[in-house]
Amino acid sequence: MSDRILVTTRKGLFTVERRGGGEWAIKRSAFLGDRVTMVLTDPRDDTLYAALDLGHFGVKLHRSGDAGKTWEEITAPAYPKKEEEEEGSSAPSVNLIWSLEAGGADQPGVLWAGTLPGGLFRSGDGGATWHLNQPLWERPERANWFGGGYDEPGIHSICVDPRDSKHLVLGVSCGGVWVTRDGGETWDLRGKGMFADYMPPERREDPTIQDPHRLIHCPAKPDALWVQHHNGVFRSTDGAANWQPVPDVKPSVFGFTVAVHPEDPETAWFVPAVKDECRIPADGRVVVARTRNGGDSFDVLGEGLPRENAYDLVYRHGLDVDASGTRLVMGSTTGGLWVSENQGDSWISVSNHLPPVYCVRFLG
Amino acid sequence: MAHVVFTPNLERHTSCPSAQAGGKTVGAVLDRVFRENPGLKSYVLDDQGRLRQHVVVFVNGQMIEDRLGLSDSVGDSDELFVMQALSGG
Repeated sequence: MSDRILVTTRKGLFTVERRGGGEWAIKRSAFLGDRVTMVLTDPRDDTLYAALDLGHFGVKLHRSGDAGKTWEEITAPAYPKKEEEEEGSSAPSVNLIWSLEAGGADQPGVLWAGTLPGGLFRSGDGGATWHLNQPLWERPERANWFGGGYDEPGIHSICVDPRDSKHLVLGVSCGGVWVTRDGGETWDLRGKGMFADYMPPERREDPTIQDPHRLIHCPAKPDALWVQHHNGVFRSTDGAANWQPVPDVKPSVFGFTVAVHPEDPETAWFVPAVKDECRIPADGRVVVARTRNGGDSFDVLGEGLPRENAYDLVYRHGLDVDASGTRLVMGSTTGGLWVSENQGDSWISVSNHLPPVYCVRFLG
Repeated sequence: MAHVVFTPNLERHTSCPSAQAGGKTVGAVLDRVFRENPGLKSYVLDDQGRLRQHVVVFVNGQMIEDRLGLSDSVGDSDELFVMQALSGG
């Protein structure tokens, strides 16, 4: 079970550790005052990567080889410079690193970065250099992508198949679900069965414009995927080829994040908000919805979480489960951070005063 | 040669000492500076070499006009000042 958590926030990166007696506390901080949007621990060599959005000064990437004690800035993903540019051109520039994942165990040094305005970047040398994945960038469907969560579309979810490092599944807001089986040379658009009731009826089932808020796979059974979508929850059991709606999430199907048990694809967790038009916890009460039967039914879990007058939301990367499937961590838009050591049955408050939390990830 | 000064707000992120650099346009002057200090470039310019949206350059106290091509002229002994918008929160 993991005893350490990395937490990225609007004002820095925090390392949280478990002390004796089940208490969790902030042990270390980095990049204080800066917006840290994403973090990755490379499981192949324990290198840490932290993505920053310095606003005025752009997106940056840092790397640590000593568990976060010291950091060095490395080159961030960047679009190739267009040689000819008309005045007012909209030639792209990376505005956010929204996802960072390691390549396969057979690909030391390979990293993937998903960004706004929608480029997927690959590094083959541990982040020293990055290259835009042109085949995805040049897909004509990308002209139909639009912003979800931000003004521009972005890649927030990258699932690397542990059985085959050339097989990736991406989640794009708003641009649907994309799959490659050849390491990014070719891509297929998936989404059969997903729907968006909030779109014009003609586009309701168009896979190009679907808005998966967060897409994850079960690491032990990677053909099993879950999506917390803008319209609700969907799951797939055939590697994203087909999706089924999960309508009975309590108290609401709306939310931003999802976590799945690392070995049991039937067990997943969600953090519901009232609805799209009113994005606050139902009744001012923060709860986690857990299913253990593939979405047929849900437990609504709130022990240790705020019961009234609470307005915390948990964004796409604000929920994680550790490799044992026992511990969860959740960080909110209002700076709340909680850990569960029993699959969500009860929660321990770590802090109520962090800056808005973007991403939480267990270490190890 | 022009004298280029960077806002102190940048110093917490990256080394940005003031510099003397030749060039007849803002773009040319900044090019020279970034050649000596390559790590600074991405803090001022985006992937396409445009001035970042919330960064501004002054020449002798006047805000430059061409944020895309950085073609505003620069004379000998001119003072360039690079700073960011006063927003954040």
